[in-house]
Amino acid sequence: MKVIMHQPRREIEVSGPRSVKALLNRLDLVSESVLVIRGDELLTDDVRLSPDDVIEVRPVISGG
Amino acid sequence: MISVRRHNAGFCRSHFIEHIHRQVARTISDHHMFDAGERLVLGVSGGKDSLALWEILTQLGYRVDGVYLHLGIGEYSSDGLRLSRRFASERDLSLRVIDLGTEHGFSIPEAARLTSRVACSACGLSKRYLLNEAAAEMGYDVLVVGHNLDDEAAVLLGNVLRWEVDYLARQRPVLPTADGGLVRKVKPLLRVAERETAAYAVLRGIQYEIEECPMAAGNTINRYKEWLNRLEEQSPGLKAQFLFGFLDRGAAYFPPDPPELLACGECGRPTPGETCSFCRLKKVTVLRIARRSA
Repeated sequence: MKVIMHQPRREIEVSGPRSVKALLNRLDLVSESVLVIRGDELLTDDVRLSPDDVIEVRPVISGG
Repeated sequence: MISVRRHNAGFCRSHFIEHIHRQVARTISDHHMFDAGERLVLGVSGGKDSLALWEILTQLGYRVDGVYLHLGIGEYSSDGLRLSRRFASERDLSLRVIDLGTEHGFSIPEAARLTSRVACSACGLSKRYLLNEAAAEMGYDVLVVGHNLDDEAAVLLGNVLRWEVDYLARQRPVLPTADGGLVRKVKPLLRVAERETAAYAVLRGIQYEIEECPMAAGNTINRYKEWLNRLEEQSPGLKAQFLFGFLDRGAAYFPPDPPELLACGECGRPTPGETCSFCRLKKVTVLRIARRSA
């Protein structure tokens, strides 16, 4: 699947993960630090993913 | 659907938005932050927290004006201004822009490059000074800031790790008005986690600046936030317990002991010393800019 990442913005190809939780594990991210978005839908950890999906992983940590 | 694990709850869009509105209304009421008749101004950056808070307060029926500080951080600052202006214009809200370069003769990247201060420190002290100055000069009763649960928990962690007792005494949801021109400062997002303000912004269709400030990469507070989120993943609710445990039971051991404030010799604003930190930073930076261009 295609995954849109930020900071800096880029697109990467990830194959294999079948759920949001598995994708975040693959990217070494915790769900508390990101929103996972498909289209205009926010996804919870248990949502199933398909190889054709375009998924945005948007960080939520900001400021300082 | 969005899950909020610390509440052991999942919400649909409309119930999540209601939940966030209730959390903010409760925070304002519990901490007596402001009354309906008071004049409110919000520090706006174009990021998720300030724009979400502006939306929430407007939805709750408050009239809130905004002030944007242009700090001269390249595309990051110009994007923040563009998004803030668009948000205000779409909702017929008032936004005042203060340009650090035009009004004070320097930018945050210049201050960081030409003084010994790290960028986030120079930026933080400038924002505190300029937001208070703007609120005081424009006659507002209350300065509202978008600090969320994660911001406050991360600052608390830093203060505890170094036992900064003076800072612990000042870490409160409301910093009261003080003589000499310190405007009351309040934090209505105290009960809303950073992930929740981001989710709120997405669900309300708010366009905000997603990319992080280029000068904040790897900064200490963001690192503390990541550590706390890794702990939260294992123990949902831990961040809230840490912060509210301090405010409910720990803060009493660190009573506020405000220093006697004098008028800054340069700008006249309240400061514990002869010259305030902002004027010292400005003086050194502007002097070094002039030397370089001479």
